[in-house]
Amino acid sequence: MTATVEHLAASIGIGGITVRLHVTDSTFLRMLDQRYAGFPSNDESADCEFEVELVAPRSLDDPAIEEDVCVRREDSTWIVTRGDFQAKWDPVARRGRIRQSANPYSIDSVLRIVHTLVLARQGGFLVHAASAVRNGRAFLFAGVSGAGKTTVSRLAPADATLLSDEISYVRREPGGYYAYGTPFAGELAKPGENLRAPLAALYLLGKGLENRIEPVPTAEAVRELMSNILFFAEDSELVQAVFQSACEFVEHVPVRRLTFVPDARVWEMIQ
Amino acid sequence: MSSYVARSRQVAARMVGGEMMIMSGRDSSLFSLNETASAIWQAADGVTPLEQIVEQRICAEFDVEPAAALHDAEELVSDLASHGILVVSDSPIAEPGTPPKEQT
Repeated sequence: MTATVEHLAASIGIGGITVRLHVTDSTFLRMLDQRYAGFPSNDESADCEFEVELVAPRSLDDPAIEEDVCVRREDSTWIVTRGDFQAKWDPVARRGRIRQSANPYSIDSVLRIVHTLVLARQGGFLVHAASAVRNGRAFLFAGVSGAGKTTVSRLAPADATLLSDEISYVRREPGGYYAYGTPFAGELAKPGENLRAPLAALYLLGKGLENRIEPVPTAEAVRELMSNILFFAEDSELVQAVFQSACEFVEHVPVRRLTFVPDARVWEMIQ
Repeated sequence: MSSYVARSRQVAARMVGGEMMIMSGRDSSLFSLNETASAIWQAADGVTPLEQIVEQRICAEFDVEPAAALHDAEELVSDLASHGILVVSDSPIAEPGTPPKEQT
């Protein structure tokens, strides 16, 4: 008797990049379909394909579960590890493998890391920022935890469309910089809308006693942007590329400091 | 003994808003150089002795005593070298760092 393994796949399109996940577990596939329902891709050829091998979750007593993420390159292959998953990805062959338990958080992390690696060579990045589209233009609201990303997202008026309340997606394209929606949600636990818009401004968030917008010196803007960009790879060449991307971004997109009282009036300044 | 300094190839540098910013590819540290440090960085070609760089790029441009300028430059170079930003040698550096990904 021959055992047969059913091959199933989910194609996820974020930022115009398709990642296809091949799985053999229909329950896990359903979870993927639900989690990334707003980000399907119909592209025939995926930019990245992964075989996902599901394994039993590590015991909480296993100290290895606490291991931080490590992203390193061996020849042309990226090796990505964290306490809860191991992944390999060859960007030349555009194929890879993920080994994790059946949970959404590991796959979310792998997706984010793969996107940071792809974007690093294209002048784009993922950034700790909420983002929204209003009047056809996108706005980023960057800051560390507690700076106000969730608050600004919650206060967004009806005519603003949220792209993310936590991790925003920036691409450099021939027409300029664009923000894309992502499924990577923060405290709102709600994925962003799957659309793109030209970037009008990056606001560095801070809560205060009044609403005001102030210019930010260029070098300071680069420093603050760099501190908010998601990048994990221990790779000199890509680190340099991300730095140059941040500098280019600051030269092309207005960066302002947005101090705000946490109420809806803040959006009167975001037009 | 003369010392020679060259820019590391493991960094990206860029003049941003009048400030020379340097990112270490080794540990992702970000540095901003002041005007004098920037002058030394830009002159660090691996073949010009540090004393000559200080004389031509610092003493000629800034109101500073040569001995004090050289002392400060040596401290700066040592600090940047410890972060992998500059390479320091007692002899000319064979393949001096051509400006690594530097843009203005």
